[in-house]
Amino acid sequence: MSDPRNHHALIDALGGELAPVRRLPPPWRRAAGWLLVVAAIAAALFAHYGPDGMLRRWAGTPDLAWAGVGAVLTAITAAWAAFTLGVPGRSPRWAWLPLAPALLWIGASGLGCLRDWVAPGTVVAGPHQPIGCLQFILAFSVPLSALLIWLLRRACPLRPVLTAMLIGLASAAASASLLEICHEFDAAASDLLTHALAVVLVIGINAAMGGRLLQSR
Amino acid sequence: MHASLTADGALGLDGVFRRPDSRAALSATTASDQHEADRRRAAWMAAAQAGDRRAYERVLADSLPLIRAAARRQGVPIDNIDDVVQETLLTVHRVRHTYDPSRSYDAWITAIASRRAIDALRSHGRRDRRELHDEQVLDMQTDHADATLDTEREQAARRLHAAIATLPPGQREAVEQLALRERSLAEAAQHTGRNAGALKVNLHRALKALRNRIHGDS
Repeated sequence: MSDPRNHHALIDALGGELAPVRRLPPPWRRAAGWLLVVAAIAAALFAHYGPDGMLRRWAGTPDLAWAGVGAVLTAITAAWAAFTLGVPGRSPRWAWLPLAPALLWIGASGLGCLRDWVAPGTVVAGPHQPIGCLQFILAFSVPLSALLIWLLRRACPLRPVLTAMLIGLASAAASASLLEICHEFDAAASDLLTHALAVVLVIGINAAMGGRLLQSR
Repeated sequence: MHASLTADGALGLDGVFRRPDSRAALSATTASDQHEADRRRAAWMAAAQAGDRRAYERVLADSLPLIRAAARRQGVPIDNIDDVVQETLLTVHRVRHTYDPSRSYDAWITAIASRRAIDALRSHGRRDRRELHDEQVLDMQTDHADATLDTEREQAARRLHAAIATLPPGQREAVEQLALRERSLAEAAQHTGRNAGALKVNLHRALKALRNRIHGDS
């Protein structure tokens, strides 16, 4: 194996089995494809729940609106960064792209807890009620993560764990954005902690499992 | 690139001392040459993605110094650099569709080579640790002198056969034909109905899988 002449033999052999390949579309277009699936789910939820409840909540409590915008932007930027890291030679600094939107999402959600009025059409969740939020985020994150992993396996993520964490962040943020459409609880410490737990769980599971699934064979 | 290297040699120390700005001019020329070489390789790879075998073989051959340089930068020992080269070539073949010809080819292949270099370092690190443990175990054993060489060979052969049995059919066939039965490529190709190129690639992949399997199990 270590004879340099073997390199030319291998090159010759690889040349022998060369076939034309379809080039991978640019990362932004691949991210847009995944976001279209998220948008289709959002459309289905809007069709079921209607936009009025969400818009009323957002009009009465701008912090919830900012948190929602932050979650949507986090999903977009994390997916874009994950697809970019799937291409060899791209800077790992792309991983920082979702930082600002994530801070907006977390910051606005945290600010909501300091408010002394309750958002219209919502209640403050009791200690066990936010479990539904946890289930919602996990239930949507699993297929959205699986879809991202499947799409990224066609690429070549040279930093599989970092890419898998971005996949987790994108899926969790997208699921939290979808939850906004039918969220019946106002921002409160218990609700915020449940959301944070769900996001951390999704990122952790992705880092542990997705990293392995993305390992180059 | 060759022109600039020749110029460097011809200048020598005197030339550099006499004209202090010549070094800057030289490095600008070298950077420009490297950029030109990068663009040439990018064009070859783009043609290879469309199925041009000649361009593909050229770009791979032209990439060997880049791969070696990346492996050296990661600290891969000189003895293992050729392994990194082989792994990188196989990876490039598998992921050649991820290259975007509007971007730097050198950055693309260097990233892949660096990754394979890190994998090689990790793999050798794990192997070294295991070998150290094996020696400690042998030191502690009082009756290790009883283990005959034949038994060890028999165990190794059994392990190798078990590992070969787990290979995908194409790779197993390549090992059986080329390594175990020691047939020539032409004979093996005739016997299996596969072309020589496919047999060689399958053998490379099989050897890689066997190495991982055997060192992973031991």
